[in-house]
Amino acid sequence: MEAKYRLATFAWSSVANVTTQADINREIDQLRGSGGPQPRLDYPPYRSSVLRHPTRDRQLVDPEGVELWAPCFGAADVDDAEADLTIQRAGEPLGERMVVTGRITDGDGRPVRDQLVEIWQANASGRYWHQRDQHPAPLDPNFVGAGRCLTGADGVYSFQTIKPGAYPWRNHVNAWRPAHIHFSLFGTDFTQRLVTQMYFPGDPLFDLDPIYQSITDPKAREMLVASYDHELTTPEYRLGYRWDIVLSGTHRTPLEEQ
Amino acid sequence: MTFAPGQTVGPFFHLGLPFEGGNLLVPTAHPDAVRLHGRVFDGEGAGVPDSVIEIWQADPSGRVPRGTGSFHRDGFTFTGWGRAQTDGDGHYWFSTLIPGVTEPGRRPFIAVTVFARGLTDRLFTRAYLPGDEPEALLDGLEPGRRDTLIATREERGLLFDIHLQGEGETVFLSYPRQAR
Ligand SMILES: [Fe+2]
Repeated sequence: MEAKYRLATFAWSSVANVTTQADINREIDQLRGSGGPQPRLDYPPYRSSVLRHPTRDRQLVDPEGVELWAPCFGAADVDDAEADLTIQRAGEPLGERMVVTGRITDGDGRPVRDQLVEIWQANASGRYWHQRDQHPAPLDPNFVGAGRCLTGADGVYSFQTIKPGAYPWRNHVNAWRPAHIHFSLFGTDFTQRLVTQMYFPGDPLFDLDPIYQSITDPKAREMLVASYDHELTTPEYRLGYRWDIVLSGTHRTPLEEQ
Repeated sequence: MTFAPGQTVGPFFHLGLPFEGGNLLVPTAHPDAVRLHGRVFDGEGAGVPDSVIEIWQADPSGRVPRGTGSFHRDGFTFTGWGRAQTDGDGHYWFSTLIPGVTEPGRRPFIAVTVFARGLTDRLFTRAYLPGDEPEALLDGLEPGRRDTLIATREERGLLFDIHLQGEGETVFLSYPRQAR
C-alpha cells in the first residue's frame, strides 16, 4: 500500500513537469527486483508507459498455426551492403568506427539461421536521422543509422557502424539515454519476436535510465550489454564488440520441422 | 535458460522499422484484397500515433507462407507478413487476404504484434475472423474480453482496434515457453 501511494504522488509531480533525476532514482529504487527477467510493462519511472501498458495479465495460450512459424526473409529482401552503415552515403561518417557481431540462438541453444536482423541508432553525436529528434547536436550527412542483415547458417550476424552517442530526452529534467543500438529480431517461430536495445559496457547512465531499468532483474539487464572484444578489433581501423542474443524457446517439435 | 529481455521501440523507430509497401501484403488492386485496419488506443482513449503493428497469417487456403520477399514485394508472392505504423490518429491499415484455417475445426486468425513508444516490450494478440466455430481461447474468456480478439467484418475488409489499456482492453497473449 505504502509503495502504491508513493508512486501515485510521483505521478502527480510529473504533471507539473518538475520531475528531477533524483525523483526518478527514488522510483527506480522502489521497483528494483519487482519484475521478472522481462521488462515491467507497468513502469511509472518511464512516463510514457503510464497510459500504454495493459493492466490485465497476459492470457497464456498454446501457439497454433502460423504462430509456430516465423516469416521468411532472404536475398530478395536484404542486400549485403545494408549491413554496413558506414557506406550508405557519399562520404565517411564521423565518429568511432566499430563492428558489432554475435550469435543468435533460440532458448534451446540452436542457432537461428537465415533470419532477419534490423538495427537503427543515433549518430556519434547522439542525434537521430529523424524529424522528431530536436537534440541540438549535429546531423551527419554521411550517417543515416539504419541497417539490416540476415544471419548465417551458424546464427551469426554482423554490422559495421559508428558508435552512437548518448542523447537527451524529456522523460524528466536532464534525462539522458545511455548509448544504445535498437535491434529487431525474429526467431524460428513467431512467439520469439523480439525488439530490444544493445548497450555498451560500463555506461555511467545505466543506473539513471528508466528504460534500461524497466528490466528490474540485474542479471537479465546485463544480457543487453555487449562486451568489448579485442579479437574483433581491426588494427588502425575499427573497434570490435560482441553481443550474443538468446531468444525464447521454440514451440515447434522437430517432427514439424521437416 | 533465460532469454534476452525486450525494450521499447522508442520514438525513432521510423528510421529502422517501416518500409515502403510494408502494409501491402497484396496490392490493393488484387481481386481478393481486403483492408485489415483499426486504431491503437491508450488508457485515456487517445489514438497512439507512434506504434508499429506487424501481422503474420496463413494464405486463403490455410497454408503457412514460406516465401521470402516481404521487403521488395513482387506483387505475386504472398509472404503472409506485413508491418505498418500508425498515423497521427493512431490508425493502421493493411491490404491483405482473408486467412484460411490452418487446422481443421479451428477458427482462422491473424497473429498480431504491437510495438509502441511507451510500451516496454512487444505485445502479442490475435485478430480472429468472426464465426461460430468453437474456439478454446475465445470460449474461455468472458464475453467482453472475448470480443476484443474478434475482428468486425466490413464491406471491404476487417476492423480490428487495439486498446492497450482500460475500457475494452485488448486480450494480450503469452506462450508457454515465455513463462517467467
Ligand atoms: Fe534510441
